[in-house]
Amino acid sequence: MTNPIEAAARATPAPIARRVRGLSDRTIAWLFVAPTIFLLLAINIFPLIWTVRLSFTNYAANRPNREVEWVGLRNYTRILTDDGIWANMQTTAHFLVWTIFLQVVIGFTLAWLINRKFRGNDLLTTLIVLPMMLSPAVVGNFWTFLYQPQIGLVNYAVELVTGIPASSFSMLGPGGLAKWSIIIVDTWMWTPFVMLICLAGLRSIPDYIYEAAEVDRASKWRQFWTITVPMVLPFLMLAVLFRGIENFKMFDMVVLLTGGGPGNETLLASIDLKREAFEKWRTGYSSAYAIILFVTVFGLASIYVKALNKVKER
Amino acid sequence: MKRTTLAASAALALAWAAQANAQANELTLCWAAWDPANALVELSKDFEAQSGIKMKFEFVPWPNFADRILNELNSGGQLCDLLIGDSQWIGGAAENGWYVKLNDFFDKEGISMDDFAPATVYAYSTWPKGTPNYYALPAMGDANGWFYRKDWFNRDDIKAAYKEATGQDLREPQSQKELLQIAQFFQGREIDGKTVYGASIFTERGSEGITMGATGALYAWGFKYENTPGSYDMEGAVNSPEAVEALEFYKELYKTATPPGYDNAYMEQSLDAFKSGQVAMAMNWFAFFPGLYADPNVGGDKIDFFVNPPQNVAASTLGGQGISVVANTDNMDGALAYIKWFADPEVQKKWWAAGGYSCHKAVLEDPNFVNTAPFAGDFLEAMNGVQDFWQEPAYAQLLLAMQARLHNYIVADQGTAKEALDGLIADWTEVFQDEGKL
Repeated sequence: MTNPIEAAARATPAPIARRVRGLSDRTIAWLFVAPTIFLLLAINIFPLIWTVRLSFTNYAANRPNREVEWVGLRNYTRILTDDGIWANMQTTAHFLVWTIFLQVVIGFTLAWLINRKFRGNDLLTTLIVLPMMLSPAVVGNFWTFLYQPQIGLVNYAVELVTGIPASSFSMLGPGGLAKWSIIIVDTWMWTPFVMLICLAGLRSIPDYIYEAAEVDRASKWRQFWTITVPMVLPFLMLAVLFRGIENFKMFDMVVLLTGGGPGNETLLASIDLKREAFEKWRTGYSSAYAIILFVTVFGLASIYVKALNKVKER
Repeated sequence: MKRTTLAASAALALAWAAQANAQANELTLCWAAWDPANALVELSKDFEAQSGIKMKFEFVPWPNFADRILNELNSGGQLCDLLIGDSQWIGGAAENGWYVKLNDFFDKEGISMDDFAPATVYAYSTWPKGTPNYYALPAMGDANGWFYRKDWFNRDDIKAAYKEATGQDLREPQSQKELLQIAQFFQGREIDGKTVYGASIFTERGSEGITMGATGALYAWGFKYENTPGSYDMEGAVNSPEAVEALEFYKELYKTATPPGYDNAYMEQSLDAFKSGQVAMAMNWFAFFPGLYADPNVGGDKIDFFVNPPQNVAASTLGGQGISVVANTDNMDGALAYIKWFADPEVQKKWWAAGGYSCHKAVLEDPNFVNTAPFAGDFLEAMNGVQDFWQEPAYAQLLLAMQARLHNYIVADQGTAKEALDGLIADWTEVFQDEGKL
C-alpha cells in the first residue's frame, strides 16, 4: 500500500517539487502561515495603528476638504477630563458589574439544580437556553413592549403584586429604573450562557471525588465548598471573561431599549463612542476614545487571564 | 476553445453595455420613508413617461435617514442620483462637494428662486445662508404643527367641564400657555369610558426628536441662537430668561400632560397616540396632515389643525427639504432633467394635490390655496414664521449636544433649565472653536 504522503509527493509537478525541495521546514511553515498573518495585519493591526495615528489629529471623516491638524494629546486630555465621559464609564461599570454578578449567581444556581437526573431535564435545559438564541434586536424590541407602562406585562405584574398603578411608573423612563431595566434584560438573555458553561464544569467533576468525600463523612455543604466550587471556578471565570468583554461592547440591545436615555442615564461607553464616531463624525476624537477603551479592556482582560491561569494551576 | 472564449467575451461585453445603458436611463432618488415619499413615487410616473428615464427610489426610515444617507455621501457611494436631504445638511453637503451647485443650471433653464417662498429658499437651498448660492430646489415645505380632536372639543359636556375648570371657553389654543392648560385639562380625563391624555409631543433622545419639539416652545418665546447673526455670540441669547422659561414650559408640558411612558417619542409615537384615541392634541410635521385627515378613525370631521401657538412671538420649527443633485451621480443629465421637470409650476400644483407640500408661489399664492385642504391656511401661516436649527457643517455635533442637554433636563430631571442652556452654550462653543469660528 502506498503512503499518501509519498503519493502526493509523486503527484507534485517536477518544477514545483524541485523548488520545494530547496526550502527548509521553517520556510514552508512560514509560507503556510503567511496568508493568515497578512490578513491579520491588514484587518487588525493596520487599522489599530491607523486609529492611534488619527487619535492625535482633528480628522473628521465627513469633512474631506478640511485641513487635518496634528493636535497632540488634546483629544486624550479632553476625554480624560470630561465629566460626561466618566459618567458614561460609571454607567458601563454599573451595567457590567451587576449583569455579571446576577448572571453568575443565577447561572450557577440553575446549572447546579439542573445537574441532576430528573424527568424533563433535557426539555427544561432547552427552554432555559432559548433567550440566548434570539437576536439582540428582537430582544430589545420585545422587552420594549414588555416594559410599556400602559400595555406592558411587567408594569401589569408589578401592579398585581404591589398595587402600584401600572401607568404610574416607566421602567425605561425617568426615575432611576432604566439602568436596572437594561440589566434585567441582559441577565434574562445571557444567564443561560453562563449556566451552560457552569454545567460543563459540574459535569467534568468525577464522581469518585464525591464518593471519597462521602467515605470521609464530609457534609454536603463541605463538599460544595471544597469540591464543587473550586473545580467549577475556572469555568466560571471563563464565563465571566466572556460576558465581561461582551458587555463592555454592549450596544444594540440598549440602543433599542433606551437609546442611551433617559438623558444619559443608560449611555454606555460603546453607544457614546458610536455617536462620536458616526453621528458627530469626530473621527480623531473618537479614535482616542476607542484607544482608551481598548487599553482599558485589554489591561483588565490581561490581569484577569493571569488570575485565571493561576486558578487553573492550583 | 478560442471560439468559446470569444463568445463568452462578447456576451460579457454585451451584458456590460446593456447594464451601462440601463444605468444611463435610470435615476435613483433618495429620501425618508414617509407619506410624501409615496406621493412623489406616483407623481414621478409623469416624469418617466415624458423622459423615458426609469425612476428608482430609496426611502430610509426617519430614525436612520441621516445616518444612512450621510454615510452614503461621505463614502462617495453612488446609490443616489437625486437626494431630498434635510435642511441642516446643506452646509456640510456644500462644503464637502456632495451636492452640485445649481446656479448655472437654474440660469440656463430659466428657473428662478424668486418663484419660491423666500423662507424655503433660504432654508433649503442656500449656503452660506442667505447668499445666492443654490445647492437645492425647495421641494417639500414643512413645519412642526398641531392637530386635535375636534369632536371632543365640540362636545357640550367637555366644553362645560373646561369652562368650569378654567373659566374659559375651550377652543384652539391661541398661546403656548393656553395649549398647556388645555392639555392638562384632558390629562387623565375619562372620555367614552376610556382614560385619555393631554398631548403627544416630541421627546425622542436618539436622533433629533426632543430638539425639534422643544424648539417649538423656544422659538415661540423668542429664542435666538446668536445675539448677532453670524457672530456665534450665544451668551445671553441661547440662555436668555425667555429661553429658560420656554424650556421650563416644555418640561411642564411633558411632565403633566403626556401619556405614561412617553419619554422617547417622535413622529411615529405621536401619530400612534393620536390615532389610537389616547390624546386630545398632538404635535407633528405638516407632512403627515393629509394622511391624518384621511384617517378613517380620527380624521375627517373629528380632526382639525392649528399652527404652533405663539407666546412672545409667532414662530414654528422648520422641517422640510430641498431636492439636490448628488455630485458623483453617473447620470447628471437625467438628474438635472428631473429638477427641471419638478420646478415646473404645473408639476408643483400636482405635487400639492398629491399630498406633497409645494414651496412654489404658483401654488402658495393661488387665491384658492387656503381652501384646498383644512390645513392649507395653517401651513401658509407656519411657513411665514419658520426658524431652523444651525445649518453649519458641524450641525450633527450641535444637534446631538442639544439632544443630550434637553433630554437630561426635560425627561431625566437633571439640573435646571438655566444649567441645561448654559451647558449647551459650553458644548456649542467647543464645537465652534474646533471649527475655527470662535
